[in-house]
Amino acid sequence: MNDLQKKELDIFAVKARLLLMEGIFNAKAGHPGGSLSICEILAYLYNCEMKVDPKNPKDPDRDRFVLSKGHAAPALYATLALKGFFPAEDMKTLRKSDSYLQGHPNMNLVPGVDMSTGSLGQGVSAAVGMALSAKLDKKDFRVYTILGDGEIEEGQVWEAAMFASAKTLDNLVVIVDNNNLQIDGTVEEVNSPYPILEKFAAFGFNTIEIDGNNLYEIEDALKSARETKGKPTAIIAKCLKGKGVSYMEDAVNWHGAAPNEELYNQAVEELTATLKNLEA
Amino acid sequence: MSQIIKTATRDAYGKALIELGSTDKKIIVLDADLAEATRTGKFKKAYPEKFIDCGIAESNMMSIAAGLASTGYIVFASSFAMFAAGRAFEQVRNSIGYPHLNVKIGATHAGISVGEDGASHQCCEDIALMRSIPGMVILNPADDVESRLCVLAAAEHQGPVYMRFGRLAVPRVFDEDYKFEIGKGSILKEGNDITIIATGLMVNEAMIATQKLQDEGISVRLVNMATIKPIDRDLIIDCAKKTGVIVTAEEHNIIGGLGSAVTEVVCESVPVPVIRVGVNDKFGKSGPALELLHIYGLDADNIVENCKKALELKK
Repeated sequence: MNDLQKKELDIFAVKARLLLMEGIFNAKAGHPGGSLSICEILAYLYNCEMKVDPKNPKDPDRDRFVLSKGHAAPALYATLALKGFFPAEDMKTLRKSDSYLQGHPNMNLVPGVDMSTGSLGQGVSAAVGMALSAKLDKKDFRVYTILGDGEIEEGQVWEAAMFASAKTLDNLVVIVDNNNLQIDGTVEEVNSPYPILEKFAAFGFNTIEIDGNNLYEIEDALKSARETKGKPTAIIAKCLKGKGVSYMEDAVNWHGAAPNEELYNQAVEELTATLKNLEA
Repeated sequence: MSQIIKTATRDAYGKALIELGSTDKKIIVLDADLAEATRTGKFKKAYPEKFIDCGIAESNMMSIAAGLASTGYIVFASSFAMFAAGRAFEQVRNSIGYPHLNVKIGATHAGISVGEDGASHQCCEDIALMRSIPGMVILNPADDVESRLCVLAAAEHQGPVYMRFGRLAVPRVFDEDYKFEIGKGSILKEGNDITIIATGLMVNEAMIATQKLQDEGISVRLVNMATIKPIDRDLIIDCAKKTGVIVTAEEHNIIGGLGSAVTEVVCESVPVPVIRVGVNDKFGKSGPALELLHIYGLDADNIVENCKKALELKK
């Protein structure tokens, strides 16, 4: 990835932030903090890493993505919409009773969503099942999943990690959005999952810690995952929760709340300014 | 007199899986370190490349099953009923039920006929749990013949199926030419005074009860209800109209199982008395299976007694 390509992806990520904020504002509900944090990761996955086709979203040989932290659905929807899986204007219908864009992803309703998620800890196991399927069928598709750092307090995550390692699923990449915040406070205050990297290493993973909002570091980590044989990869992505919207950054109270009109307008102003700077 | 053939329905499950393994269906069987007991071990021996042991992690197994199913596999996920429906309930609900994925849950060791292991392993709540999941099909076969047919039908069905098998060897009820269809009960004997609707190992007890009642001059219509969901509404309504009173019999809590399903249909359509024979909202305990079945009233004598009570209500 050269500087120009990086800039394009940064622009993509900011556009996704604008779109997801539009969805959450119109829904008057949703999870902005943990959605804003993962936009660079999704931008890289869907533009550079994954073999997916918006015109053929059910291609059996496609790479898979599972949003194990399903509450970040607005970020996934925005990314998919920008990639052409469905019209971007549908983001306005997010969480409405006549919309296919459910509060948490539904694989049967949304083109490009590979697994229904929302109950924490389960998506990663489903991703493991998909990775296992590729191995059984001797197919070369890869499986990516993003978990929250609070989510890894769920015991099932470690059941999945044990299994993925035992079955040498090197086609699986587990990305932990380590933004350090969960609903009730910082992850240390609530029930510290640290040290995260060492835990995954102990479970037999190839482990990498990165700045999860830095596209170069995302690229390097995913390259390392691709080159690693015989074990799955865990990327501990230090992300900034609420990134791009000043009052939401690193703020625990914006985990699951929508902004009012004034604050929404401020968010749009800030993100638009960032976009203009990048495009200049 | 021909010799009575006794087989545990879990054995029939294991055999039917092997039969499926030989077809061109994209089958995979998962277990959670109970392959010997659930009888998936026999499938493992026959088709090691189509078997995955997930270890003692039922919740993970159910979500892995969902992931495999999403890529086109027909997944059979096996454990004891207690852990498949109980421990992993939320995974079955959210990972399998909500996306309506093609996972077949093979739950063995259901009910108190588990025997000596006692209450911690005797699941009498699984049907109630599974009934509450939209789109879940629930099959509770009576013998080995019906178990085989249930497994084959489950493999053909698109979507999640919960199959309930027992540990105890039970008498064969059906001939080899018996036909099974998901969602259809079967009339084993016609009668006019009362209907007994039974499921699982209680079908055999209901047959004995029917004979005893017949000897006393009571005409019984006997129905086998292997599909608990979707329940055969038409047949239940027909029974209510024809005999005016129903007794249900199941190896499950009387709350939430077959008795509840029948009662719901009857109350909303043809209100007639229904008495539910089953585990009376109690936990099980250790003991030989046959002894426990008698202690908990899961036998022909208790069905007869309740049929007489039900006939009183009809008057």
